Amino acid sequence: MQIEIIRRQGNFLLEAVFRGAASGVTALFGPSGAGKTSIVNMVAGLTRPDRGRIIVNGLCLFDSDRCVDLPPERRRIGYVFQDGRLLPHLSVRANLAYGMRLTPAPRRFVTFDAVVDLLGIGHLLARRPATLSGGEKQRVAIGRALLTSPAMLLMDEPLASLDAARKAEVLPFIMRLSRRFALPILYVSHAMDEILNLADRLVILEDGRVAASGGLEQLLAQPQVQHRLAEGERGSVIATVVESVADAAGLTRLRFGDHVIKVPRIAAPRGASIRVRIAARHVAVALKLPEASSFQNILPARVDTVLDRDDASLVDIRLDLGRPLWARITRRSLVELNLAPGRPVFALIKSVAVSLGASDPSG
Amino acid sequence: MDFWRLTDLEIEALRLSLWVSGWAVAASLPPGILAAWVLARLRFPGKGILDGLVHLPLVLPPVVTGYLLLVLLGRNGLIGAALYAHLGIVLAFNWKGAVLAAAVMSFPLLVRAVRLSLESVDQGLEAAARTLGAGPLRVFFTVTLPLMVPGIITGLILAYARSLGEFGATITFVSNIGGQTQTLPLALYTLTQVPDGEMGALRLCILSVVIAMAALVCAEVLARRFAAHMKG
Repeated sequence: MQIEIIRRQGNFLLEAVFRGAASGVTALFGPSGAGKTSIVNMVAGLTRPDRGRIIVNGLCLFDSDRCVDLPPERRRIGYVFQDGRLLPHLSVRANLAYGMRLTPAPRRFVTFDAVVDLLGIGHLLARRPATLSGGEKQRVAIGRALLTSPAMLLMDEPLASLDAARKAEVLPFIMRLSRRFALPILYVSHAMDEILNLADRLVILEDGRVAASGGLEQLLAQPQVQHRLAEGERGSVIATVVESVADAAGLTRLRFGDHVIKVPRIAAPRGASIRVRIAARHVAVALKLPEASSFQNILPARVDTVLDRDDASLVDIRLDLGRPLWARITRRSLVELNLAPGRPVFALIKSVAVSLGASDPSG
Repeated sequence: MDFWRLTDLEIEALRLSLWVSGWAVAASLPPGILAAWVLARLRFPGKGILDGLVHLPLVLPPVVTGYLLLVLLGRNGLIGAALYAHLGIVLAFNWKGAVLAAAVMSFPLLVRAVRLSLESVDQGLEAAARTLGAGPLRVFFTVTLPLMVPGIITGLILAYARSLGEFGATITFVSNIGGQTQTLPLALYTLTQVPDGEMGALRLCILSVVIAMAALVCAEVLARRFAAHMKG
């Protein structure tokens, strides 16, 4: 996925250049008004860039130099809108089939039944959109886009209009999607929580420009990226592999590099890739290995960077364990422990969040 | 019960009225939808003129509209002469002319109602259908048009009622010929001009009211059906 877009809308200049992965989730993150929806609309062909180039899966959708501008119906891009946009005069079944019927049979990579099954919407087929809940609507909208067997899926804040319970209902389906169909997804969101769960790559948009882009793990290692996150969102994402499903204590051992972290038992086979999220506020630092503690995960590390903020009593420091890991300590501890870059320490990890979608590697 | 026995003249007028109005509405629906779409969705220079032209019959005295039709489409009219010479079509002084007069007079009502419903169709839904692989024409027929149904029903009923009542333009353009152009209002007018016509006039009066009420009820039922359909 290669996107180079220039478009002027009134006083606002959108100038976005980034690449996305051929599969997996690329998250487009930024405050409202940063131009996220404008970008996906241009990828879908609903609005036209002034200049630029949009290439998806080797297919050129738009190129101002070569005068290519495919209409939306020929782009093979599935679009899940923030507000669902189900056709109100059609039943759920007809909504799902609308795009599928327009896709030539040999090009379909997913069957009606498989999608209905994956999204758990079998009991809704005879109903009309007006009678569905928000979460149900979004699941049908996802199914409808998926059934066109698209080369890419655009999702414009598909969870934004849902409450927390409905979010938790839809999120796992989205996670399963990208893994099950090896489908590139461009996922727009201003909720870091969703992105940390879903995204493989991250594009940060600010005032119509790409402020940073790259792999999620690498980007989160950057202090300037941490700066953009809310206090509670700061932290690290680490890709691990299941080493053993249950050790003597019943914990699952996850390996990354030379290190192992233990988490409460998860339903994933040995060798599965699991992404863990470790919030900075859940990581403490000690100079010596504590003799007795309740911490399950104590890992040797080295202080790498101190993210100093003059005004705050708390300081984020980046530890080097082969992978970067952010820890949050008080300014007082920073001084007392004399935590300068290069100093060997132990990282005490209080809690590890296992990414929901990653626990389904086979699916 | 002799009062309710319709004379041949009255039956003929009733039959002709329903026939002429039906044709007028059927013939003006496709151009009506097209005009509504052009006015609601396109931007072009001279759009105001088109808008005015469509609405002209609504504000002009009907006799003026009828006279203009006669001048343009009469046997010796600018367009009428050409129609007769090349296609053998005569509109003046027959039921086809009455259809045209009724269609022209009711056209603005139809366009207004259809345009209103078109403007209320969420264009986001059309965009969504495009991303699902439907071309513009398919989107129109599978998304836009079905969502316009309430407005189309309203427009049709309004136009039908207007056609039934059409008098001025009809009598000016195609005159008052029994069995050809003498619709209900024209027959009623004729009956008021002859001695002993009061009974007939009264019957036609009641008949008009009944037809108009039936049309309104019909529209209401259809609109409710549609609403129920959307709610599922």
